[in-house]
Amino acid sequence: MWSYAFRRVLMTIPTLLLVITVCYLMLHATPGGPFDTERKISAAVLANLQAKYHLDLPLWQQYLYYLKSLLQGDLGASFRYADWSVNDLVANALPVSLAIGGGSLLLSVFIGVGLGIIAALRQNSIIDYLVMLVGNLGSAFPSFIIGPVLIMVFAIWLKVSPAGGWNDFQISYMLLPMALLTFINVSTIGRVMRGSLIEVLNSNFIRTAKAKGLPMHTIVFRHSLKPALMPVVSVLGPLAISSITSAVVTESVFSLPGLGKLIINGASNRDYTLVLGLVVLVTVVAVVLNLLVDLAYALLDPKIRY
Amino acid sequence: MSLLQVKNLGVQFQTPDGYVYAVNGVNFELEKGQTLGIVGESGSGKSQSVLAMMGLLAKNGKASGEALYNGQNLLTMSPKQLNGIRGDRVSMIFQDPMTSLNPYLTVERQMTEVLQLHKNMTRREAKKRAIELLEAVRIPEAARRIDMYPHEFSGGMRQRVMIAMALLCEPEVLIADEPTTALDVTVQAQILSLLKDLQRDFGTAIIMITHDLGVVAGLCEKVMVMYGGRVMEYGKSDDLFYNPTHPYTIGLLGALPRLDHDGDTLVSIPGNPPNMAHMPKGCPFSERCAHANAHCVEVLPALEAAGNQTSMLRACHKSVAELQIIKEKAYA
Amino acid sequence: MLRSKQKAAAEAIAANVGAVAVDGRSPWRDARERFFRNKAAVLSLVILTLITLACVFGPMLLPHSYEDTDWDAMSMAPTLLNSHYFGTDELGRDLLVRCLIGGRISLMVGLMATIASVTIGIVWGATAGFLGGKVDTLMMRIVDMMYAVPYLLIAILMVTLLGREFYLVVLTITVFSWMDMARVVRGQTLSIKSKEYIEAARAIGVSTGSIIFRHVVPNLLGIVVIYTTVTVPGVILTESVLSFLGLGVQEPMTSWGVLIEDGTGVMETTPWILLFPAAMLSITLYCANYIGDGMRDALDPKDR
Repeated sequence: MWSYAFRRVLMTIPTLLLVITVCYLMLHATPGGPFDTERKISAAVLANLQAKYHLDLPLWQQYLYYLKSLLQGDLGASFRYADWSVNDLVANALPVSLAIGGGSLLLSVFIGVGLGIIAALRQNSIIDYLVMLVGNLGSAFPSFIIGPVLIMVFAIWLKVSPAGGWNDFQISYMLLPMALLTFINVSTIGRVMRGSLIEVLNSNFIRTAKAKGLPMHTIVFRHSLKPALMPVVSVLGPLAISSITSAVVTESVFSLPGLGKLIINGASNRDYTLVLGLVVLVTVVAVVLNLLVDLAYALLDPKIRY
Repeated sequence: MSLLQVKNLGVQFQTPDGYVYAVNGVNFELEKGQTLGIVGESGSGKSQSVLAMMGLLAKNGKASGEALYNGQNLLTMSPKQLNGIRGDRVSMIFQDPMTSLNPYLTVERQMTEVLQLHKNMTRREAKKRAIELLEAVRIPEAARRIDMYPHEFSGGMRQRVMIAMALLCEPEVLIADEPTTALDVTVQAQILSLLKDLQRDFGTAIIMITHDLGVVAGLCEKVMVMYGGRVMEYGKSDDLFYNPTHPYTIGLLGALPRLDHDGDTLVSIPGNPPNMAHMPKGCPFSERCAHANAHCVEVLPALEAAGNQTSMLRACHKSVAELQIIKEKAYA
Repeated sequence: MLRSKQKAAAEAIAANVGAVAVDGRSPWRDARERFFRNKAAVLSLVILTLITLACVFGPMLLPHSYEDTDWDAMSMAPTLLNSHYFGTDELGRDLLVRCLIGGRISLMVGLMATIASVTIGIVWGATAGFLGGKVDTLMMRIVDMMYAVPYLLIAILMVTLLGREFYLVVLTITVFSWMDMARVVRGQTLSIKSKEYIEAARAIGVSTGSIIFRHVVPNLLGIVVIYTTVTVPGVILTESVLSFLGLGVQEPMTSWGVLIEDGTGVMETTPWILLFPAAMLSITLYCANYIGDGMRDALDPKDR
C-alpha cells in the first residue's frame, strides 16, 4: 500500500509540471500578453513583474525562476493591481470558496449516499422517485439555470434569503449557493449510489448472505455497503473537477467573492498573471483531490494489493 | 414424517409479457441422510425449485405449493422464521464459487457471522470452529488462510470454503446447486468425493442439482429428471440409469459416453431447451421428442407409476414397451 | 477420458443449438428497430430536429433581426400583437430571433466541437490500442492527466489569451472533450484485437487492410456512435457555461449561455428574458441525453 501511495504521489508531478509549463508558455506566446515588453503599463506594475518574472533573462531561466517561486508558495504578481500579489488576493478569496465548495461537497457525499441507500432499498417509494427526479433535473439543468431559479423562488418571491452577495460567513448568504452545489452533486452521487447498491443487492454473494439467514440490516451494512460505495468513490474524482466548474458558476450567479469570481474578473480584465496563478493553484487542488480519491479506492478494495 | 416434504411446488415469474411458469407441480420427499439428484438442462426449473424453497427467488418470482421442513412450510413463514432455518438447519452452496463469496470481506468474517448468528458463539469461538471446518474440507493451512479474502483462493478452494460455510451449523439439509459446474474436471471429482465423505461424517441430507448425469450416478440414491419446469421421471438412481422409461431420460443417457457400451457415436437430443414463455399445451418435451404425436402436444401427461416398476414415476403418454425401440437405437 | 467425451457431446449439442439460432439479421437493423421502439428517444429526436430546423431557418422567416432595436417595444412581455412572440430584451431586440440565433451558435459549436473531439478521440484511442506497449501506456497517461485538470480554468485561460472568436471557443472545448472517446475506443480496439474471429481471419489469410475494414471498424462503430451522442450534450453544456461566464462569443452575436446570463440580470422585472433561452437549452440537453440513452440501449447488447 505504501509503495503504491508513493508511486501514485510521484505520478502527480508530471501532470502538474505539464499544466504549469503549457500555461506558462501560452502566456509567453500571446502577442500583447503580459510579457510583451512593447506594451505600455504603469511603472509600479512593471517593477512588480520584473521582480517576479525576471523578464530580462532568457526564457528558460525565467521559467526556472517561476517554478522556484511556485515551489516557495508564491503564485506571482497581479498584472492589474500594483498593490496586490496573487497570494494576497487568494488569501481573501480561498476561505469563501472552501466554505461553499468544500462544505457542499462533504454535505452532498453524506446526503447522496444516504438517499441512494434508501432509494435502493425502497424502490418505487417517494424517496426513490425523489432521487431519480433530482438525478434527472441535475443532469438536464445546468447550475446556471438552477441557480437563478433558486434566487427567483427563495429571494424574490418568498423573500427568505438574500439574492446574493457575501457578508463575512453569515449563514443566510451561504445557504442558497450551498444548496445549489449540494443539489448538483447529490444528483450524481445519489443516482450512482442507488444504481450500484441495487446491482450489489442482486449479486450472487448477497444471495449467499441471504441463504445464510442473515438479517437485512447485516446484509445491507456489512455485505453491501462497501462494494456499493466503490463506484461512488470512483466518481468523486471527476465530480471534484466538475464541482470546480459549478463552483465558479455558483460564485458568479450569487456574486460571491471566491476564487471563481476572482478568476472571472481576472479573465475579463485580462489580468493574465492572476489567471495563471489561479489556474496553477486550482490545478494543484484538483490533482491532490484526485490523488486522495485514488488512494481511498485502493484502501477500500481488498483486491488491490500493491 | 419426512425431513423435507415438497408438495405441488410451483414458481411463477411476472414478466412484461405475462406470467412465466418456471416450475410446475414438483413433489418429492427427503429423509435424513438421503441424497436426491435433480437433473435437467438449463431452464428446466431445477434451480428455481430450490431457490423458491430457500426464499431466494428474484423479486418478480412467486412460489406456490408447500415445502415442509419438519412440518413447517418454508414458503409461507415470516422472513424472521425463515432466517432462523436457512443457514442453520437448511443451507445451500451455489454454482459459481467465484462470485458467491463476498469479495470485500475476509473468509473469517463470512464464516464466523453464521455461527455468531445461529449458535450465539463469540467471534473467537466461531473462528476456532470455522478453522476446524476449513480443515475438514481439506484446505491446507486453514488457520492462516482464514484471514484472507476470497480472491486469494483458487476456484476449487473457494468452493471448499462455500461448502465449509454451509456445513458450519451442521445442517440437516444441504442444497447444492451445480456445485461443480464452474470447476475443472479434476477438481470436480475432489469436491464430489468431499461431499460424499462429509455426508457420511455429518449425516446431512443432500439435494444435488446438476445437468451432469455422471455426478448423479456417483452420489444420489434418488433422481428426479426435470424438463420445461415439470418432472419427467422420478425414481431410484439405479433404476433410472439402467431402465430409463422416459424418452427425455433416454435421450440424456444416449448423449452420455459410456465405457460399458461399444460404439463411439453419441446421440444428441435434437432441438433447443424450451422457451419458458412459450410452452406447448401438452408435454413440454413433445417439441423435441422423436415419438411425440398430436396427443402429446395437446394433452399434458400425468406423473404416474411406470407399469411394472412401482417405485418409478414417469410422465409420458407412451408405454414403456413402445419406447424400448429407441433405447436400443440409442445404445446401438 | 469419460469426461472429455462428455464434453464433446455437450459441444455437439451446442453447435446444433447455434445452427438453429442463427437467422441472419443484421445487428444494425436490430439496433434501429430497438431505437425506434424507445418512445422517449424518438420523441427527443423529433423535438431536437424541430429545434435545429427552427434555429437554422426560423430567423429568415421572422420579421425582426437579432441586433436591431425595436424602439416601440423595450423589455416587452411575450405578445402576439407585433410578432414579438417571446417578447423583447431591455434593448428592444426580439427575443425569439435572438434565441434562435443563439441556438445556431450553441448547436454549431456543439456540432463542430463534437466532430473534432470525436475524431481526435478515435485516432488517439485506436492508435494507442493498436500499437500497445509503451506508446499505449504513455498515451493513456496523457489521457489520465487531462482528466485530472480543472478544464474550465484552463479554458478560461485559453479564452483570455487567445480571444473570444467562434473557432477559438470550439478549439478550447475540443481540447477537453476527446478523452472519453479515446478511452472507450482504445478499450474496444484492445478487445477486438484479441477476438477469435480476428485470429481466424488472419489464419485463413485475410489481409490486414481487410481485417481492419471488415472486422475492426464495424465493431468500433457501435461504441463510437454511442459515445458521440453522449458527447453532444456535454459539449453544448461547456459552451453555454463559457458563454454564461462572459467568455464565449461576443455581443451582438449571442448564444444560449449569453442570453441566460442577460436574463439573470433582469429576472426580477422581466423573467421571460431568462425563461425562454433557459428552456430552450434545457430541452435541448434533455433531448440529447435521452437520445444518448436510447442509442446505448439500442446498440449495447450488454445492458439487456
